[in-house]
Amino acid sequence: MSDIADRVKKIVVEHLGVEADKVTDSANFIDDLGADSLDTVELVMAFEEGFGVEIPDDAAETIVTVGDAIKFLEKNVSA
Amino acid sequence: MRRVVVTGLGIVSPLGCGIETTWRRLLAGVSGARRVDAFDTSDLPCKIACTVPGQEDSDGGFNPDDWMESKEQRKVDPFIIYAMAAARQALDDAGWHPSTEADRVATGVLIGSGIGGVGGIYDAAVTLHERGPRRVSPFFIPGRLINLASGYVSIAHGLKGPNHSVVTACSTGAHAIGDAARLVALGDADVIVAGGTESPVNRLALAGFAACRALSTAFNDTPEKASRPYDKDRDGFVMGEGAGIVVLEARDHAIARGARIYAEVVGYGLSGDAYHITSPSEDGDGAFRCMQAALKRAGLSAADISYINAHGTSTPLGDEIELRAVERLLGEHADSVLMSSTKSSTGHLLGAAGAVEAIFGILAIRDQIVPGTLNLDNPSVHTQVDLVPHESRQASVGAVLSNSFGFGGTNASLILRHPDA
Repeated sequence: MSDIADRVKKIVVEHLGVEADKVTDSANFIDDLGADSLDTVELVMAFEEGFGVEIPDDAAETIVTVGDAIKFLEKNVSA
Repeated sequence: MRRVVVTGLGIVSPLGCGIETTWRRLLAGVSGARRVDAFDTSDLPCKIACTVPGQEDSDGGFNPDDWMESKEQRKVDPFIIYAMAAARQALDDAGWHPSTEADRVATGVLIGSGIGGVGGIYDAAVTLHERGPRRVSPFFIPGRLINLASGYVSIAHGLKGPNHSVVTACSTGAHAIGDAARLVALGDADVIVAGGTESPVNRLALAGFAACRALSTAFNDTPEKASRPYDKDRDGFVMGEGAGIVVLEARDHAIARGARIYAEVVGYGLSGDAYHITSPSEDGDGAFRCMQAALKRAGLSAADISYINAHGTSTPLGDEIELRAVERLLGEHADSVLMSSTKSSTGHLLGAAGAVEAIFGILAIRDQIVPGTLNLDNPSVHTQVDLVPHESRQASVGAVLSNSFGFGGTNASLILRHPDA
């Protein structure tokens, strides 16, 4: 697992208060991890904060699973 | 109109979490005041507050994890967590956990706060200033709004009746209970979870109240001496935090389900000073009319009141004005009533004060004992009213009057009566 994936999962665990083993790549923030629409906004802010990137609103709308977030950040974060 | 009774009590206070811990310490004359160490007070004139003890207090300290999931706690100011804790205590105490749709719809929530999430507003303003609007949390607004205490409690317990709130500064808690009792009396709900909550202990609120010259500043090294209502050395109030919440219920509803009845809410009076934004009217007219209105509503005379829980905040001006208004109300009966200010022990819980103090009045009825006024070494004026200095006292308590007066000249008085009276 990439360093980015580890960090993403850690942020999700902290913000949504869920067990780490539930935070799989395919886990949907709302359907599987109990987030509501405000939680997802805050989660995107936490990704921005944690990775020092800006995630525009139209991109944020496409991030609905843990894997989506990892993919976006792997593409947009300079290692 | 239906008769309204109290069937459940809940408290988070500077004396501890829970009714019995708080009440035991109050009667024992414990002070909740301490030096503030959660943030820098070096440049503030007031460095003390009555703060809710945490888990370091193994006998009744407050653990937020007992009352709200930690991921939810992060989203809200403490006043909402205190309300969640006191509301659940009160509902458990009342044995009221509505599960049918009809019972849920018949149960409302009316919890107020004087200044709500002022700490979170301060933090978010700093974030906005230093890091820009994109860093302001989506939970900033819903976690600070005053009526969200009622919102969170209703969601947690599935209470679908009237969902309401009150914001009347230091009269909030009393107005919340009084207004909720009216809603029950009028039939808008059978049960209402009502009270006040406050979490004002932060740099911004301390600075603001200090600027109003409302806070005690002469006792920073002896915090337990700072709140001294009616004493000649008093110099302002000590800020407190916490929540007081009761379950109000239509009397016939409570009897039908065999609930324990603590007291009946028989009187509620309201008035406005129309005088000054922070000072009470000098002749005590607003306070007098408010108490008089409560007596009228209760159908009682001044002689029927056995205990008055005073507003008595320990400010130089307010205490004597209230005392004179009480003397005027009682007339020749002034020497037959006991009046104490429990703020001498808990500090001033602002929007929660009226609810916490109504609960103390209810417990005085339950246990036939009246809490004392701490630090009342030398009364600043002569009075016939027994101010119950220092120690709690056994007494025959039938009806209790509880006063609350707030900035803006907003006054509320509640009268609670023994259920068998």
